[in-house]
Amino acid sequence: METIDLLIKIALIVIIFAISLVVAMYSTYAERKIAAFFQDRVGPNRAGPWGILQPLADGGKMFLKEEIIPTNATSFLFIVGPSLAILTACIGSAVIPWGQNLEIGGRVIPLQVTDINVGILYIFGVVSLGVYGIMIGGWASNNKYSLLGAIRAASQNISYEISMGLSIIALLMVTGTLSLGEIAKQQHGFWVDGYFSWNVFKQPLGFLLFIVCAFAETNRSPFDLPECETELVGGYHTEYSSMKLGFYLFAEYINMFISSAVMATLYFGGYNFPFMDMIHSPNLVAILGVVALFAKIFLFIFFFMWVRWTIPRFRYDQLMDLGWKTLIPLAIANIVLTGIVMTIFK
Amino acid sequence: MESLSNKKKQLEVKPLNFWERAYLPAIAKGLSITMSHFFKKPVTIKYPEEKREFSENFRGMHSLKRDEEGRERCTACGLCALSCPAEAITMQAAERQKGEENLYREEKYAAVYEINMLRCIFCGLCEEACPKEAIYLDGDIVPSDYLRKDFIYGKDKLVEAPLNQ
Repeated sequence: METIDLLIKIALIVIIFAISLVVAMYSTYAERKIAAFFQDRVGPNRAGPWGILQPLADGGKMFLKEEIIPTNATSFLFIVGPSLAILTACIGSAVIPWGQNLEIGGRVIPLQVTDINVGILYIFGVVSLGVYGIMIGGWASNNKYSLLGAIRAASQNISYEISMGLSIIALLMVTGTLSLGEIAKQQHGFWVDGYFSWNVFKQPLGFLLFIVCAFAETNRSPFDLPECETELVGGYHTEYSSMKLGFYLFAEYINMFISSAVMATLYFGGYNFPFMDMIHSPNLVAILGVVALFAKIFLFIFFFMWVRWTIPRFRYDQLMDLGWKTLIPLAIANIVLTGIVMTIFK
Repeated sequence: MESLSNKKKQLEVKPLNFWERAYLPAIAKGLSITMSHFFKKPVTIKYPEEKREFSENFRGMHSLKRDEEGRERCTACGLCALSCPAEAITMQAAERQKGEENLYREEKYAAVYEINMLRCIFCGLCEEACPKEAIYLDGDIVPSDYLRKDFIYGKDKLVEAPLNQ
């Protein structure tokens, strides 16, 4: 690999990293604002115009707070927990195709850090690592509420990963590839050969299952049992303070961003948008594609928040019931159905 | 046994049907309700900039009144302090000297007049007790502060501004 290619890759990584942090930062602000609008309030409006400096103020506060490690906590693991949570949240963005290739001065610049051919498996690996951050943090706190929250997180993530994986299998039967770049490319345009090209129209049930599992995997309401305030004080992060708590909260928002990006890529055409063939400049298409992808991501993030401020939390047994007795059989039925339809229309 | 009020209703608990068990129709309904609130005007009053209109008999911060010639009306009789159920008012009386007739209306006046705003319950009994129409609770909301001692309001904060200013 040439030096210039390496530099471009590093620049791309830094930009994506920065963007995911900024998006996560402003998701906290958006969450509070959107919650306020749903409840006929105005939300944070003191820091800067319309309160847009609120995330900076919150971040500053988090950094300045006292760092507390409880006496009976396992101090090494207590620090490892949040670090792992934020680390796994950040590395998920590596395989997401952010746009088509850019061409500058005869050099092709792919807007994807790496297009490994097992992209989806990589995402799944990262997601299943994510639960370790919560698990280790909750266990190391040496607090019963933290431990209960951590146990809930672990069992919830494991249960929902199964149906998530099964819902993806049906999608893979349609696409025939595990590479996210390839899947995005297949959904070119919006209307191709008399049918929608986006996967959500080919796999509606699969998408429904996937989005429900995505809510559970990111520990968002209505599946936010790991941090259930009414029962568990703060859940796995009860004992945490300062920036370690900040990392946990931040990791949740980054996870939400990444899972929105994954959903947009897998099911909603990624960087593709309707009428993209009518624009003849490839660079312009690439840039508009990035804009389209981000628009989809923000819509998904909005949807995450919309659901959070609408639906009450599931009870723990309802959660397990839904995961094991409803989603998994549905996912299997979806696979069979996809197989049958594919054999008939081959 | 028959109930006395006849208000008792026998509730019938039916098992959930398929769509209720599927959660999704209910969730969609909930989402549409929250979305309808999303575009409603917020009910918030942004307090320091905007203020809710007070009712006519609102009782806020006290003010010690002056008469039409700008003299303090209070004669330090102590009836307000006596009537105060929270014992928030203290005062020290002094005799009016020669040449102070333009400052104080009566021969006796309050040299020190203090109201502890943390004790005050804004009942308005001082207002009713006052024979000289010297104290009224016609001010604004008492502002917040950091220290307890700063809530003891003296004459500097309570007495009305002089007329000629």
